[in-house]
Amino acid sequence: MKLKTWKELPAGAVITEPGSARNFKTGSWRSYRPRWIEENCIQCLFCWVYCPDMSIVTKEGKMTGIDYDFCKGCGICALECPGKKGQKALVMEEEGK
Amino acid sequence: MGKKIGITGNEAIANAMRIANPDVCGAFPITPATEIMQRFCTFVSNGEVKTETVLAESEHSAMSACIGASAAGGRVATATAAQGLALMWEMLFIASGLRLPIVMGVANRALSAPLNIHGDHSDGMGARDCGWIHLYCEDAQEGYDNMLQAFRIGEHKDLRLPVMVGIDGFITSHSIQTAEYLDDDVARKFVGEYQQTLPALLDIKNPVSMGALILTDYYHEYRKAHEQVMMRVFKVVEDIGKEFEKISGRPYGLFESYRLEDAEVAIVVMSSAAGTTKEVVDEYRAKGIKAGLLKPRLYRPFPYTQIAEALKHVKAIAVLDRADCWGGSYGPLFTDITGALYGLDKKPVLINKIYGLGGRDYMPDQAEYTFNELIDLAKGGKVKAVKEYIGVRE
Ligand code: SF4
Ligand code: SF4
Repeated sequence: MKLKTWKELPAGAVITEPGSARNFKTGSWRSYRPRWIEENCIQCLFCWVYCPDMSIVTKEGKMTGIDYDFCKGCGICALECPGKKGQKALVMEEEGK
Repeated sequence: MGKKIGITGNEAIANAMRIANPDVCGAFPITPATEIMQRFCTFVSNGEVKTETVLAESEHSAMSACIGASAAGGRVATATAAQGLALMWEMLFIASGLRLPIVMGVANRALSAPLNIHGDHSDGMGARDCGWIHLYCEDAQEGYDNMLQAFRIGEHKDLRLPVMVGIDGFITSHSIQTAEYLDDDVARKFVGEYQQTLPALLDIKNPVSMGALILTDYYHEYRKAHEQVMMRVFKVVEDIGKEFEKISGRPYGLFESYRLEDAEVAIVVMSSAAGTTKEVVDEYRAKGIKAGLLKPRLYRPFPYTQIAEALKHVKAIAVLDRADCWGGSYGPLFTDITGALYGLDKKPVLINKIYGLGGRDYMPDQAEYTFNELIDLAKGGKVKAVKEYIGVRE
C-alpha cells in the first residue's frame, strides 16, 4: 500500500470509510497461533463468542477455521475451548515452529 | 455604536459567549475563572442562550465533554484557570489533534505549590505547546473583543483549531473597567452561526470514526500537518482583526506596537502589564527618550518573522515574563523573542525580567528601572545579568 504524504491526510485523523479496520491486517502481531483440530470440535462456538477479534470463521452456524489475517494469537479461544472428552479442539503453537 | 459600561474581565468573556450562543459548555469552576461560567449560567437560566451546560466533576471531564460535543458537531465553549487548565492538559492535545474548534476563556493564574489564586502566566505557558491558538488580552475590552473573534478564528474553515483567550487573573478578571459592548445584533452578525466544515460524529448520513490509533507509519505526517495548519493562523487572525475593526473601531493584529516605530529601547510584555508600561513609555517619550512597547496578542502560533521585523531597529530590548521556566533557562516569552531575532544580522541587546508572579503588583517603577537599564545598554553599557527577577525582596 502506498502511504500518503502529510498533505493528503484528512484533518484530525478522522476515518470516513466505514469498516476500514478490515484494511489493517493485524495477524503479524501474533507470536503464538491457534490450531484447530476438527475431530475434537463439538461446535459449541465458545471460541466464536470469546474471540475478542472476529477471527473465528463460521459458515451456516458452524466453526470452520481461523482468520489468520486478523487473529492476534491471544489464546483465549484455546483456553475456553471444551473440546471432546478432554481433548482440546484449539491448541496454541509457537509461530515459526 | 455600542454602549460604554463598567464590567469585569470575566463578565466581558461571559458576554461574548452569550453572543456566540454555544450549543454546549462543559465546565468546572475554578478561581479566578468561576465568574465566567457563573455569569454564563445566568444567561442559560434566563433563556438568553440555548446552550446545554454540562457541569462536570473535574476540568479533565469538562474538557472531555467539550471534546465530545465539538466532535459531535456543535459550537462549544468553556472557561478555566491554573490547576484546572493543568488538569485538562492531556485533553488539550486531543482537542487540537482532532481539530475541534473549542473556545476557552482562561483567567491566567499562578500554579501551585505554594497555593496561590492570583494572576500570572504559568498556566497558559504550561499549555503553550498543546496545539491550541493562544490570544492574550490587556483588559476587559480586549477580553470581550478577543473572545468574539476567537469563535471566528477557531471555527474558520482553513483552521478548525481550539482557541484559548487569556485575561490576567484578578487584575483583569475581577477589576471593573470601562469597556464598550457592540450592539448585540452587530456582534451576533460578526460571530455568525456555527458552520460544521469537517466531518462530525452526529452526521449519521456520513459516518466517521474519530480518535483512531496512528502509529509510526502516519503519526509523524499528522504532526507535520498540524505544524502547517498553525502557519495558516496568522492570516486568518489578521483578516478577522480587520473585519472586527470595521464594526468596532478597535484595531487587532498579531501584536500591538506602541510608539515602537522609531524606538531605541523597548519592552516586550503581554496582557495587563502592557497598560502600565505604556504609561511609562509616554513618560519617557515626554523626556525625549525614544521608548516603545510591543505587546504580543497571538502567542501561539508565535509570529516570529513579523515580530522580528517590528523589533529589528531597536537597540536594547527587555522581555518581561510573568512566568518562569525552571530549567536554569529564561522566561518563555524571552526564548520566543530571542528565537525570533536570532536570524537578524544586527541583533538588538536582549535582557529578560521575571515580574509579577502569583499576582505580585507590577508598578511603574519596575518599568522605569527596566527602561533605565535599557538606556544604558543602548549606549553600549555591558549586560550585568541576562535574566533578573524584578519586584522581588533580595
Ligand atoms: S487466538 Fe485470540 S484472536 Fe486468535 S482466534 Fe483465538 S481468541 Fe481470536
Ligand atoms: S470452542 Fe472448541 S469445541 Fe467449541 S466450537 Fe470452538 S473449537 Fe469447537
